[in-house]
Amino acid sequence: MAKKQTPQICIMTVTGVDRVGIIAKLATAMARAHINIVDVNQKIMEDYFVMTMAVDISKAAIDMAKIRKQLDKLAEEMSLTITFQDENIFKVMHRV
Amino acid sequence: MRISVEEVFETVKMTLDHHFDIRTVTLGINLKDCMDRNIDGLIERAQKRIVEKGLRLNKCADTIEQKYGIPITNRRIAVTPASLLLEPLPRKIQTAVRLAKALDNAAAKADIDFLGGFGAMVQKGMTAAEENLIDAIPQAISKTHRLCGFLNLASTVAGINMNAVEKFGHTLKDLAGRTKNGVGCARIAVFANVPEDNPFMAGAHHGIGEPDYSLNIGISGPGVVRDVVLQNPDCDLTELSEVIKRTVFKITRAGELIGREIANLMKIDFGIVDISLASTTSAGDSVAQIIEAMGVKQMGLPGSTAALALLINAVKKGGAMASGNIGGLSGTFIPVSEDAGMSRAVKAGSLNIQKLEALTSVCSVGMDMFAVPGDTPAEVLSAIIADELSIGVINNKTTGVRIIPVPRKKAGQIVHFGGLLGSAPVMKVAKTAAPEFIARRGRIPAPITALRN
Repeated sequence: MAKKQTPQICIMTVTGVDRVGIIAKLATAMARAHINIVDVNQKIMEDYFVMTMAVDISKAAIDMAKIRKQLDKLAEEMSLTITFQDENIFKVMHRV
Repeated sequence: MRISVEEVFETVKMTLDHHFDIRTVTLGINLKDCMDRNIDGLIERAQKRIVEKGLRLNKCADTIEQKYGIPITNRRIAVTPASLLLEPLPRKIQTAVRLAKALDNAAAKADIDFLGGFGAMVQKGMTAAEENLIDAIPQAISKTHRLCGFLNLASTVAGINMNAVEKFGHTLKDLAGRTKNGVGCARIAVFANVPEDNPFMAGAHHGIGEPDYSLNIGISGPGVVRDVVLQNPDCDLTELSEVIKRTVFKITRAGELIGREIANLMKIDFGIVDISLASTTSAGDSVAQIIEAMGVKQMGLPGSTAALALLINAVKKGGAMASGNIGGLSGTFIPVSEDAGMSRAVKAGSLNIQKLEALTSVCSVGMDMFAVPGDTPAEVLSAIIADELSIGVINNKTTGVRIIPVPRKKAGQIVHFGGLLGSAPVMKVAKTAAPEFIARRGRIPAPITALRN
C-alpha cells in the first residue's frame, strides 16, 4: 500500500462463539501490519457474538489480499467468521 | 456519521448468507478499427486487443473484489457485432467460422468464460455479410466454447424481419443437431429492440453507438431480494414494494461503486448498471422463488404475472434512485433451466409455454433457456420467436428468445445442460403452428407507435 496521508478506513466484522483472546489476537495482527484501529464495537445480535472494528490501512505494511489472508488464518484457528471490507461499500449502500 | 453495527451486518449477512455479489462485469470492446480486407489482419488485431484487455479486466476485478469483499462472479467481454467486421471479407461460411474461432481463442487466452458479439442487427433487412454470418452460426457456435451470439430480428421502429425469423428457425435446428442435447442453442439469443450495452450473455454485444471501451455491470441476483420478502410475510403489497425498493437501492449502489472503481483502474469509461435480477442455479437464487415468497403457491399459477409486475416495478424504482446510469436490459430474467423455481414449476405443470409468454409481456425480457422436443419443426420455432418479438415491438420494450430444441427428447423428459445452464423439463409445444404464415416471409410493418416524430 502506498503511504498516503488521507485515511483509508476498512471495516472488520467478527462473529462466532465468545472466547478469551479474540480482540487481543486481532489487535496484535493489526499492529504487526501497521494498521491503526480507530473504533471498536461489540454486541450480541440475534444469536451471534458480533464485533465490528474500524481500522485505517493507509499506512499498512501489506496489501488488502495479504491482510485478508492473515485474517482468514485467524478465523480458522479460532472458529470465527471474519470479513474485511473498505468502508465505502457500507457508505454507498446505507447513506443516500 | 459512522456506519452502525446493524448496517454493517446487513451488508455482511447479504454476502455470507444470501448470495450478494456483483453478477457480472462486462467489458465492451470496439473492434471497428480492426477491420481489414484480409482476415489474418483482422484476427491478429482483434485477438491482441481482447487478450490484453481481458487479462487486465480480470486483474482489476480481483483487486476490487479484495478491497470490498464482494464477489465479482463473472467477468465477460462484449465486442462489436461480428457481422460488421465481416463486411469487407469474402462471403464464405469458412471466413465467419475462422473469425468465430479466433474470438473464442482470444477469450480462452484472457481467461474470460464468455465473449459476446457474434451477431448482427437485421431488424429491417440483411446484407450479404449478415446473411453469411447467420448461415455460419451452426458451425461457429458448435465449434467454439466461449463464444456467444445474438441477432436483433425486430424493433419498434422497423417492425419484424420475417425473412430472418423464418431463416433462424432452420439455423436453430441445424445448431441443435450439432451439439450434445442441443446445448449450443444456449449461446445464441434473438431479440426485438436489443440494447447495445447489455452486460448479460448470451445477448451482450458492444453496440455501434458505444465508445472504444465501456464497462457495464450486472447487479446481484434474486437471493437477496427473496430473503427480504421472506422477512416480511405480513406486510401489504404496497409496503412490500417499498421493502424491495430499499433493498435494490442498496445492491445497485454497490454495483455502481464497484463498476466505477474497476473502470477507473482500467482508465476507461464506466457504462451502465443493469438492474436485472438474473437467476442462477444456486439454491435460493431464483426469481420464481421470490414470486412464491410473495405468496403465489407456485410460479405460473394465476397471480404470477401480477406478482412479477410488482416485483420488477419495485426493482426499477429502487435502481433508478440509486444510479443515474441504469441501462442494458434492466428487466427480469426467468430462464427455465437456470432458475430452480421455474424448472420445478414446469415439472409440476403450473407453468406452460403460454404462461411463460404472458409473463414476458409485463416485464420479463424474454422466453429464456427453455427446452422443446427435438422434432419440433422449424416453422414452429420461428412462430414462437415471431410471437415473442411482436410483444417487444408493440410494447416498445426488449424481448428475446433462447430456445433449445433438444434432439431425440420428448415433452416431459428432463434434460441436463450442465454447469451454469442447469437442467429443465422439455416443454410441450404444438407439432405444427403457422407454416403458411411463416412461409410468407417479408416484414411485419412497424406499429403506429413508431411514428412519434
